[in-house]
Amino acid sequence: MKISAFHLMPHRELPPDFESRYESVWVTPPWWELADAGRVGQYYNWTLDELIHAARAGFDGVCTNEHHQNAYGFMPSPNLMGSVLARATNGTNVAVVQMGATLPTSNPPIRVAEEYAMLDCISGGRLVAGLPLGSPMDVNLCYGITPMEHRERYREAFALTLKAWQAREMFAWNGRYYQLPTVNLWPRPIQQPHPPVWVPGSGSISTFDFAVAHDVCYCFLSYSGARSAKTMMDGYWQVVEREGREANPYRAGFLQLVAVGDDDADAEAKYARHVEYFYHKCLHVPAPYFAPPGNQDYRSLVAALSNPVRRAENPKELRYRDFVDKGYVIAGSAATVRDRLKEEVVKGLRVGNLMVLLQIGSMPHELTLENIERFARDVLPDLRGVWDDEGWVNHWWPERLRGAAPAPAVAVGAGRA
Amino acid sequence: MSVRERTLAVWQGKVRIRVLSEGRGPALVFFHGAWGLDWDPFLEELARDFTVYAPEHPGTTAEAPDDIYHLDGLWDLVLCYDELLQGLGVSGAALIGHSFGGMVACELAAAYPGCARRLVLIDPIGFWRDADPIANWMVLEPAQLRARVFRDPEGPAARRMFGADGDAKAVAAGRVRLTWAMGSTGKFIWPIPDKGLKKRIHRVQAPTLLVWGKEDRLVPPVYADEFARRLSGARVETVNDAGHAPHLERPDAVARLVREFAGA
Repeated sequence: MKISAFHLMPHRELPPDFESRYESVWVTPPWWELADAGRVGQYYNWTLDELIHAARAGFDGVCTNEHHQNAYGFMPSPNLMGSVLARATNGTNVAVVQMGATLPTSNPPIRVAEEYAMLDCISGGRLVAGLPLGSPMDVNLCYGITPMEHRERYREAFALTLKAWQAREMFAWNGRYYQLPTVNLWPRPIQQPHPPVWVPGSGSISTFDFAVAHDVCYCFLSYSGARSAKTMMDGYWQVVEREGREANPYRAGFLQLVAVGDDDADAEAKYARHVEYFYHKCLHVPAPYFAPPGNQDYRSLVAALSNPVRRAENPKELRYRDFVDKGYVIAGSAATVRDRLKEEVVKGLRVGNLMVLLQIGSMPHELTLENIERFARDVLPDLRGVWDDEGWVNHWWPERLRGAAPAPAVAVGAGRA
Repeated sequence: MSVRERTLAVWQGKVRIRVLSEGRGPALVFFHGAWGLDWDPFLEELARDFTVYAPEHPGTTAEAPDDIYHLDGLWDLVLCYDELLQGLGVSGAALIGHSFGGMVACELAAAYPGCARRLVLIDPIGFWRDADPIANWMVLEPAQLRARVFRDPEGPAARRMFGADGDAKAVAAGRVRLTWAMGSTGKFIWPIPDKGLKKRIHRVQAPTLLVWGKEDRLVPPVYADEFARRLSGARVETVNDAGHAPHLERPDAVARLVREFAGA
């Protein structure tokens, strides 16, 4: 198992009536009413400190991601954060997992290939290269990319990225969406032939096919836990089997919200309001934003509208105990958390690359550090060996970190200045 | 009369466009809006005096949804329609368009001034005023969309376009059709429906009639000024008791305006 700490970098102090006063947490939340740049600077630094704390506490990786105009996650450039993390974790065996820079919002998209290569060089070959399609909110609504071109642009940019990292000869790229006269990337990544690639998704069938066809790690970034993900992840494993790939658990990643206390009551006392803040305020987005016409291809559109999946629960109607019961959040004593993670998530979904979200919504800095420490100390060691007896190789992890326990390794860069 | 239906393949055979036609008299080509083509009472009324040709925008023809992927931008679309008009053997027709279709008709008349004898634009898009932003109808809640397009969101015209009657299967099919129509037309205008018509509109030679629903809550009637001041001699008619689709809420009134303006 590889277990990484994920961070969204949320606004931690939205007003109590946020969800009734404003139409959306994403795309349209008014900055001048809701935020203060000085305070936001504090959030960024807390976020970095929390991830660095996780790296030192024994996690295998630290993850950041990209969103735009979003009060629950505003790292428009995850690579700025990743760069700080790469430098700060030099000398350790912790991977820098970028989940990541979004190709269709980067123009030209080789900017992502360049920055990832920089991160790989700075970190001494510890980069995991997440290459997300990007959400409709970020890509279509904030960055103005035509919904019908979104996936085509992504696929072209993905192919360009992989080629730009690996090509021995410089080349011209005459694409449909991107034309570059001379691609000759400086720098190239340390990892050969290229850093491990993860493709995050939210359950779209076409992304399963894409991930399997390209032999990357598919990561389901879910906020609603393993139970609601079961059907989807089963679908992914069916595609893996159909395409004749091995059922290596490391070709699957999953994001789970986790809160660890002394016991269930302690966890509720500590975390309940932060969990409710997350589901009630941070996920406050109008439904049409998720599906601008054309973003979904015709086949998926017909499938979605003709066989509507059981209507998703409205999280605003649920409370802390519902979120825990339903597994949106796995919370409680270390033993409870460990057992549920192992059964529901790791074994249940067949996940080798687990990401856990330990800073949830309004959770303050000190409590976040505590949650990270409890997880690293009381939960993580018991999960690490889950897949060992099956003998799989994690091809989707930086090669030099695959067998490593997260103890300090040979210093790279850090000690030489 | 009965509506004839034929499908023409243009763009090296890669884009199939179904064309509904009916009527007698001078040729009139109708370009529908972002919500799909329906042979509605307005077209029925026009067919009394014109030979009406109503093409479906690429992608919106039921059997050919993926054909839209062969077109990359507005230029491709305009060229496609030039090929279509040639395929139909229509030249010097009255071009009439609603909303997105109004922009298409205007672009076509600007690119090929000879192809239009008369131009009628019903609540067309194509310009942008910072003071009067046009709501992005592609991300509105269904109820908001109805209220933006129609003066009476519960009236028969609104029900006909957005209707939820029938069994679950029919409702789902209707939503697929509507969503894909918005996606396919949206490909040419996302994220702001100003794609440079202001640079080209001076090439239009056809006498032009602008028809605007007085209570258009999607593309406010002030946009008529943007067209009128660039098209010398353009006539502007405002239609009472109508929103963004006056030809659907007041079919007789708008058909009369078209007949008077573009009749033989």
